[in-house]
Amino acid sequence: MSWETVIGLEVHVQVNTNTKAFCGCSTSFGAEPNTQTCPVCLGMPGQLPVLNMEVARKTALTGLAINATINLESKFDRKNYFYPDLPKGYQISQFSIPIVEHGYLDIPVADGEKRIGVTRIHIEEDAGKSMHEGLEGVSHIDLNRSGVPLMEIVSEPDMRSADEAVAYLKQLHQLVRFLDVSGADMEKGQFRCDANVSVRRPGEPFGTRAELKNLNSFRFIKQAIEYEVARQIELIEDGGSVVQETRLYDSTKGESRSMRGKEEAHDYRYFPDPDLPPLRISQQEVDGIKAGMPELPGQLRARFESEFGLSSYDADVLSQTRELAGWYEALVAAHPADPKRCANWMANELLGRLKEQGSDIVDSPVSPQQLAGLLDRIADNTISGKIAKDVLDAMMQGEGDADTVIEARGLKQVTDTGSIDAIILQVMAANPEHVEGFRSGKDKLFGFFVGQVMKASKGQASPGLVNERLKELLKG
Amino acid sequence: MDIDVHKVAMLSRIRLTDKEAAHLGPQLGNILGYIEQLSEVDTTGVKPTAHPHDVAMPQRVDAVSNANRRDTLQKPAPNTESGLYVVPKVIE
Repeated sequence: MSWETVIGLEVHVQVNTNTKAFCGCSTSFGAEPNTQTCPVCLGMPGQLPVLNMEVARKTALTGLAINATINLESKFDRKNYFYPDLPKGYQISQFSIPIVEHGYLDIPVADGEKRIGVTRIHIEEDAGKSMHEGLEGVSHIDLNRSGVPLMEIVSEPDMRSADEAVAYLKQLHQLVRFLDVSGADMEKGQFRCDANVSVRRPGEPFGTRAELKNLNSFRFIKQAIEYEVARQIELIEDGGSVVQETRLYDSTKGESRSMRGKEEAHDYRYFPDPDLPPLRISQQEVDGIKAGMPELPGQLRARFESEFGLSSYDADVLSQTRELAGWYEALVAAHPADPKRCANWMANELLGRLKEQGSDIVDSPVSPQQLAGLLDRIADNTISGKIAKDVLDAMMQGEGDADTVIEARGLKQVTDTGSIDAIILQVMAANPEHVEGFRSGKDKLFGFFVGQVMKASKGQASPGLVNERLKELLKG
Repeated sequence: MDIDVHKVAMLSRIRLTDKEAAHLGPQLGNILGYIEQLSEVDTTGVKPTAHPHDVAMPQRVDAVSNANRRDTLQKPAPNTESGLYVVPKVIE
């Protein structure tokens, strides 16, 4: 009899605001330790938190994007625990009434789509950072991150495999970036995932779950879940049982270990934070936030297919990020004659070259208008598609726009019959035996002549015209 | 009302001797027992009170208003090094 995996995910997403959740300290990354702190985020007595309105707005926007209910009145609670990176001794969070509840996300699976429920999204503050490595008997604490706003996005236990969990996370990651509510940079800890994993026989109630912490890349998430599922199945089949506990995944060893001992401390004694009145948001404000909702990846993909006639593959590539989609639309605006040519050149040529350089569309040395200038020259037969690739290389190197490169390198396509005939006659004169061969029926030699003529013209002869004139002149 | 004084003390990081615990236990129990009377009130249909004052949350515009005051703010700290707070080792 087989086992079924059950996974629920809790994702902490850093909201990309200028200031912290409850004070006016900067959230910028990489500052000198403890230079972005104040009495509020240091937990000094008598200080009062004041909510950053941008945090509420962006959390509500995220809720609307997953078709969730926005609670017009939500409240803040204190989650109490002791740790030196939490100076107040409690984290401000939302426990009993979060701002967002009951949403869902549709994720791509092998046979179509699957709907994953999102239980809630609540606002909370991040803790500081502790460092232990290389230190004897002490730890170092940087509180720049203390009070940075987070959205905790909690899913229903709706996923049935590590692949579904990864698909959900990727979808969520793309969504928060599209909404511009988070930078979601996993390396900077702006998108962190904990997974609740259990196994059961199909149809039976949920098994006991273990919580996996510290999952900071899509690859590790998959590995950690698969490791945990195998561990639980083996445990049960050997007659044991799963203990409810928190486990820390070690990506270098590829295994997880129990964090038992910390468990006893997990008695958070939540209670309403007396420093913070309820968060009220009017239906009018919610409607306003909804009206400002950008086009989401799925809608964009569908529009690229219908409006520009793109293949689903190209539409998917170009709607991956807001930046890519914006770049493509700017390109089409500058070269409206052929949106498909735009897509081909952007997806295959430009993105390919950027990938080789290890850079991103936002850092592209060629602007949409400049790429459009190159496509114009293909469209009006000034250069062939093949030559255009060389021109693009030169443009990427900063040699100027398409016309400048074509002019400077003398790449203009040769389109006058006289010049092409002259080249063809030269090639024929240099290869009399092949002319003889072709005329006696070796048709395959035609390709040889095309190659030689193109080579002699340094690729600048118009291929269509070369074919046409060769047929004529080789007849003899 | 019976409460586990040692557990509460551990959660609050307060060290208690058995004598202190024996003394405090009944006191805390009495306080909670007194408050427990509230549960006798029928609150069917009453909206939970999130805050004693009927006010909405004031909201702040998202603009940086705090400058770096690390030197001043770290003065009360028992120990710092290179701008970091130094605390007794915490092991994960």
